[in-house]
Amino acid sequence: MSGSILFEAIIFLAGAIIFVPIAKRFGLSSVLGYLIAGMFIGPYVFGFVGEEGEDILHFAEFGVVIMLFLIGLEIEPKSFWHMRKSIVGMGGSQLVFTLALSHIAFLFLGFDWKVSLVVSMAVVLSSTAIVLQTIKEKGLMNTSYGTASFSILLFQDIIVIPMLAVIPLLSNSNPAASTDTHEGEVQTYLLEGLPIGVQTLAVILSVAIVILAGRYLIVPMLKLVATTKLRELLSASALLIILGLSFAMELVGLSPALGAFLGGVVLATSEFKHELESNLEPFKGLLLGLFFMAVGASINFIVIRENPIMIGGLVAGVILLKALVIYLIALLFKLKMDQRLLLSIGLAQIGEFAFVLLSFAFQLNILTREYLDMMLVVTALSMTLAPILGIINERVILPKVGTKESEKRPIDHIAKSHKIILVGFGHFGSTIGRFLRSHGVEATILDHDSNRVDLLRKMGFEVYYGDATRIDLLESAGINEADLLISAVDNPDTTMNLVEIVKEKYPHVKLMVRAKSRYDAYELLNSGIEHVYRESLDTSVKLAADVLTQMGFRKYSVYRQAQNFIKYDEDSLKRLADKPKDSREYIFQAKEEIAEQEKLLEEDLKRGFIEADHHWDSEQMRLQKNNSEKKA
Amino acid sequence: MAEVLILFAHPKFESSRVNKALVEKIKKRPGVTFHDLYEHYPDFNIDIIKEKKLLLEHDVIVWHHPLYWYSCPPILKQWIDLVLEYKWAYGPDGNALKGKQVLSVITAGGSRAVYCAEGNNNYSVNEFMRPFEQTARLCGMTYLPPFTVMGTHLLAEEELQNYSEQYDKAISLLQQGITAQKLGRCDYLNDLKQLHNSIIK
Repeated sequence: MSGSILFEAIIFLAGAIIFVPIAKRFGLSSVLGYLIAGMFIGPYVFGFVGEEGEDILHFAEFGVVIMLFLIGLEIEPKSFWHMRKSIVGMGGSQLVFTLALSHIAFLFLGFDWKVSLVVSMAVVLSSTAIVLQTIKEKGLMNTSYGTASFSILLFQDIIVIPMLAVIPLLSNSNPAASTDTHEGEVQTYLLEGLPIGVQTLAVILSVAIVILAGRYLIVPMLKLVATTKLRELLSASALLIILGLSFAMELVGLSPALGAFLGGVVLATSEFKHELESNLEPFKGLLLGLFFMAVGASINFIVIRENPIMIGGLVAGVILLKALVIYLIALLFKLKMDQRLLLSIGLAQIGEFAFVLLSFAFQLNILTREYLDMMLVVTALSMTLAPILGIINERVILPKVGTKESEKRPIDHIAKSHKIILVGFGHFGSTIGRFLRSHGVEATILDHDSNRVDLLRKMGFEVYYGDATRIDLLESAGINEADLLISAVDNPDTTMNLVEIVKEKYPHVKLMVRAKSRYDAYELLNSGIEHVYRESLDTSVKLAADVLTQMGFRKYSVYRQAQNFIKYDEDSLKRLADKPKDSREYIFQAKEEIAEQEKLLEEDLKRGFIEADHHWDSEQMRLQKNNSEKKA
Repeated sequence: MAEVLILFAHPKFESSRVNKALVEKIKKRPGVTFHDLYEHYPDFNIDIIKEKKLLLEHDVIVWHHPLYWYSCPPILKQWIDLVLEYKWAYGPDGNALKGKQVLSVITAGGSRAVYCAEGNNNYSVNEFMRPFEQTARLCGMTYLPPFTVMGTHLLAEEELQNYSEQYDKAISLLQQGITAQKLGRCDYLNDLKQLHNSIIK
């Protein structure tokens, strides 16, 4: 039944649609949802997708390829230079220590030194796909944990190049002569049979070719395509670039991901950067999901059953070793306790490149089938366990660390119990905090960026660090004594979460809430929040008012109308929010948005134009006077 | 030549036929600074430092506004409250404005006949302007007889033109340094002989 491509596509899509929302509902990352979906549809649970699992993994790796291309696009040489210290410093030391310790450990376990070296190389690499996806989902890209993760991952992604170049040197036999080939997976590549020195040279040469092609072939092609002004052609060329790079890399026996990454870096400075990004983003998301499902499906439960202690020990050992090394490096680079924990647990899994490295080594007869299967299972398991460990870290360990940090502060500060709590000190919250402070009102601030927290503490603010939806954090910030809580949180879901917790557990606290859009405002109003502040209202009205005055309208009249408009818009918001909505999830948001705009415009028409403002207008008096004069 | 600062306060200037005519001419006069308060401070957040500097740079201060409920529009009151600071404009060492002249230029819907003891409004414009007069005095300034444009609802186009020319002429006299003493006694600046000479009709 697995013969039909359509059927498989249905299974994968259905798996994702069923399991990912469930994972999300339980507050888990989507990565874990995909992995679990993969396990269920895989050959060992329901068996919907059978032996093709491996092929799918191969195909799904294309998601990783696109992701690396996009990562490459993000890295402009300038910012690369800016981050050089943390990339080389953290990434380099992570490589050296993890590789050395792991190599020693595997030698100790009785592995052949070549096997041990290849396996250790795989162990060094963490999963860019999982980590970046998770960081992005949580919006932690700009924290020190986020940038440190990015630096280390980037270094690993680059170091794959020399690793892939070195592995052939370890091979003691010609792969073509091997009897242990496996159908479909061994590609006949151009360099087959050539001396190893020549192969290495070819690898370096092909990297150079990618760089040159990017500059002198791809950019001119994109320019040509852009002149047609057909959007889908740009998508097509974006995919063509990546497929082309992947194909060329596979031809010389290199990782397609690597080629894509290089291609991305080359194109990062071109004018098509953003165009390519927006075109590839949906493909990336979908294919990465597929990739995670394929990883889940490839977990060979038979290997686990045969060797449970060995596998379990390896998984635990690898995770422990990686986490420990990264923890120490983070300590060396002076990251905060909580950021250290997030970083070391976040990067403790073995990454998707391990699949590439291990298969490559297998093709070159460095690894036997048994070692390959075992290490693939270890890799997949570590990838599955990592998100779970992350959750345990966030829910169990970090809260304790968080409160400890706040206890360290001077006692007189804790004793000072403020009446206002301000959640979020980004662009929006900082303005609030500064203005309050200019009135001598010191709000207690909660924020999830520990570096910002440090800065604020230096400035004398009372700041608690962590996730504001955690009840223990709210309590230590003194919510029981607070009169007022200001939510200046950016993410609407977090806002909703926070608001609901406060409303339920601390009904005495007055809530004043930032809303991103009309829809978030509706949701907040409907859930009973009285004071909702749309960040998009006042500023846009102010801009429109300035446009009118630029055109020659009198400032005071426009000012009054602007004030009225804001008031009227807030009234209409409350009026429209009262009407029950068919679906609160806004599945057909685009459609609803248009309907909403229509409603707003209709209301505007009913309200009439500003001509209705007759204040200080003597015209009517004049007419009446003139009339009575005439009569007289 | 005396420098003239016109502090103009009309919340809906765009709809005021009379004030548009008055302002149009006077604005062009050299040596006159026309300062539109509602246009500068639509949010009533008056820049006190800037206003004080302006005052120091001029010798004749004109409060030009319509008469609303027998007083000025709120922004001018706001201006008086904020800018005429204690120890600067009045009080101990409050001599910054000493010796300057103040002129009220008033537009009113009612005619002179309405603004008198026998009329509906019972009092003259001069009497209604007492708080402004006293304000000027407390700051050591001379308060001139107000220049008034009355019965604006019924003004014909021609009369309106006359008024703008009178206004222009009155300001030019002040620029030439004519002081209150030299002007002689009159209830309204409009009644000055010098102005009537220039009137076409």
